[in-house]
Amino acid sequence: MSKMHVKLKVNGQEVEGLAEPRTLLIHFLRENLRITGPHIGCETSHCGACTVDMNGKSVKSCTVFVAQANGADVTTVEGLVNADGSLGVIQEMFREHHGLQCGFCTPGMITRAHRLLQENPSPTEEEVRFGMAGNLCRCTGYQNIVKAILASADLLKGQKEAAE
Amino acid sequence: MIPAGFEYHRPADIRSAISILQEHGDAARVIAGGHSLIPMMKLRMTDIGHLVDLQAIGELKGVEVGAEKVTLGAMTTQAELIGNAALGAKIPLLREAALQIADPQVRYVGTVGGNVANGDPGNDMPGLMQCLDATYTLVGPDGTRDVAARDFYEAAYFTARGDEEILTRITIPVPAMKGYAYEKQKRKIGDYATAAAAVLVGGGKASVAMTNLSDTPIWSEAAGAALAKGDVEGCVAAAMGAIAPSEDMRGPIAFKKHVAEVILRRAIAKAQERAK
Repeated sequence: MSKMHVKLKVNGQEVEGLAEPRTLLIHFLRENLRITGPHIGCETSHCGACTVDMNGKSVKSCTVFVAQANGADVTTVEGLVNADGSLGVIQEMFREHHGLQCGFCTPGMITRAHRLLQENPSPTEEEVRFGMAGNLCRCTGYQNIVKAILASADLLKGQKEAAE
Repeated sequence: MIPAGFEYHRPADIRSAISILQEHGDAARVIAGGHSLIPMMKLRMTDIGHLVDLQAIGELKGVEVGAEKVTLGAMTTQAELIGNAALGAKIPLLREAALQIADPQVRYVGTVGGNVANGDPGNDMPGLMQCLDATYTLVGPDGTRDVAARDFYEAAYFTARGDEEILTRITIPVPAMKGYAYEKQKRKIGDYATAAAAVLVGGGKASVAMTNLSDTPIWSEAAGAALAKGDVEGCVAAAMGAIAPSEDMRGPIAFKKHVAEVILRRAIAKAQERAK
């Protein structure tokens, strides 16, 4: 099968490449672009380790062909750092609240949490759990992940109020 | 898991999409959100030479909420359906069911049209659409036709849709019945139902459908007629007589029948409570 020319925006930068249409977005990110934050966990759209933000939606990049993503705006966990390269709020809260054990699910968790808090800046604990249901942590460290996201919500709200 | 190679098409309108289907026949397949199709392709359970992506076709988008009916563009995602407040107020059963489908990431991309057109007995929307007496609009080389959801499903993955037709819209009459419930038992988030039931009841009317308990969704006219008269036992007996579950990794037949009855009774009780 012939390769197609794909062009997308990843973490704010225009990127281009040649890929077979059947290439999964996760492989294009990791192998062509060497963006290895999103992880390949189950590869069957269950675990959420490959979650990226695509056109303002959390998607499992193991279940999107790069052909479908052609022209899209994609953000990975690498794109969630502050402008000076320091950890972004959600990343920092995962560190502070120990929202990880082995860390494998963390990029997907943080990327999903980013979109969840964009849509619902003041979630209840139950809403966090419902909104994070597409991400699995096989260390089962959910308690601290939820804490980290709730703490992120408080901090982000504070930042927003201070800016206004 | 890498699927076999294919040619990718992204037509901008329905006519172009249909002409690609006509040109390539069996080798072509449309893709909406792809969250049923891509896993099948990755497992190499289906072989597709030409993938026709519907994402750029504006005519397939959009939700219209009218006084007497609602129409959903086939490419409406589950997340868009859930987020539409006017739709949620008009037909709350739709939102209640959509919230129980898969997980957030899948609901962002999974579409209503894909869910109803795929013909997978595990999908929630087919039974729901039968309960609501929805109509599907199909567009093909010979024009447009409407098929009732209750007549659409023939067997697992076999539907009334022709190979060269695209399901474009779903039209749902706003139910007169005020009581509603969608109850679903699943092993884990993201799993298909072990059993699910959609119930509408109120004003001397009722409609009952069940999911993943046969090779098609099951809408039981007799179950609805019994429930309309307030005969819960008659409703349950009719629905249980209409299902034909098979044994799989979700359990043996006796277990599925047991779960089906529990779920149906819960849905009936909730719908009756809401009808008050």
